Amino acid sequence: MNSSILIAKEKLNLQVCYDFVQDPSCGGIALFVGTVRNATDAKEVTLLDFSTYKPMATKEMQKIADKALLDFDILRIAIHHAEGELQIGDIPVIIAVSSPHRKAAFAACQFAIDTLKDTVPIWKKEYFIDGEVWVNATP
Amino acid sequence: MQIEILLFGILRDVVGENKLVKQVVSGITLETLREDLLVKYPNLHQYQNYTIAVNEAYTKNDYTIQDNDVVALIPPVSGG
Repeated sequence: MNSSILIAKEKLNLQVCYDFVQDPSCGGIALFVGTVRNATDAKEVTLLDFSTYKPMATKEMQKIADKALLDFDILRIAIHHAEGELQIGDIPVIIAVSSPHRKAAFAACQFAIDTLKDTVPIWKKEYFIDGEVWVNATP
Repeated sequence: MQIEILLFGILRDVVGENKLVKQVVSGITLETLREDLLVKYPNLHQYQNYTIAVNEAYTKNDYTIQDNDVVALIPPVSGG
């Protein structure tokens, strides 16, 4: 099994992702770590709440991993996403990719996070001091 | 026939439910279902940018709904 897919209510673990992809045949590991930002359009964010269509989101994340393994010269990929309430600085997403050479690792990592943001049924609600908003909800 | 419609994100707030159980005529397409939902929930008007998944896979509007399909309305995603 060359992919690790997870949607978790618990805090995501960087070391777990790193250890999953690490291998003696690889010359590099690319990691993307998403973190909760403290402001949107200069408005102070207090927390984010991630909800998911979990069975489908898991399938879509697996599709991304499978395609990355097929299209790029990489060995393993981990895609982990959090659900529930996250505070500023918390980690909603981790992508880890190992490869014999760095170029493929960077490219696959970028492909995975970009595609996740496009296709995986996960929604984030941003909370401000004076209200809340579903991100991307209105055209 | 009866289908289950799952709602997510902002569509839960707009419709006020997490899940609808709906009787539909056989042969109905997703396109027609969209129109029916809009009649029943006019508030959906400004949120027509949702896509639809059937049985946990994105599905085109010309798909004909089958008995016991699980239909999910997917507003623009915002994970990551």
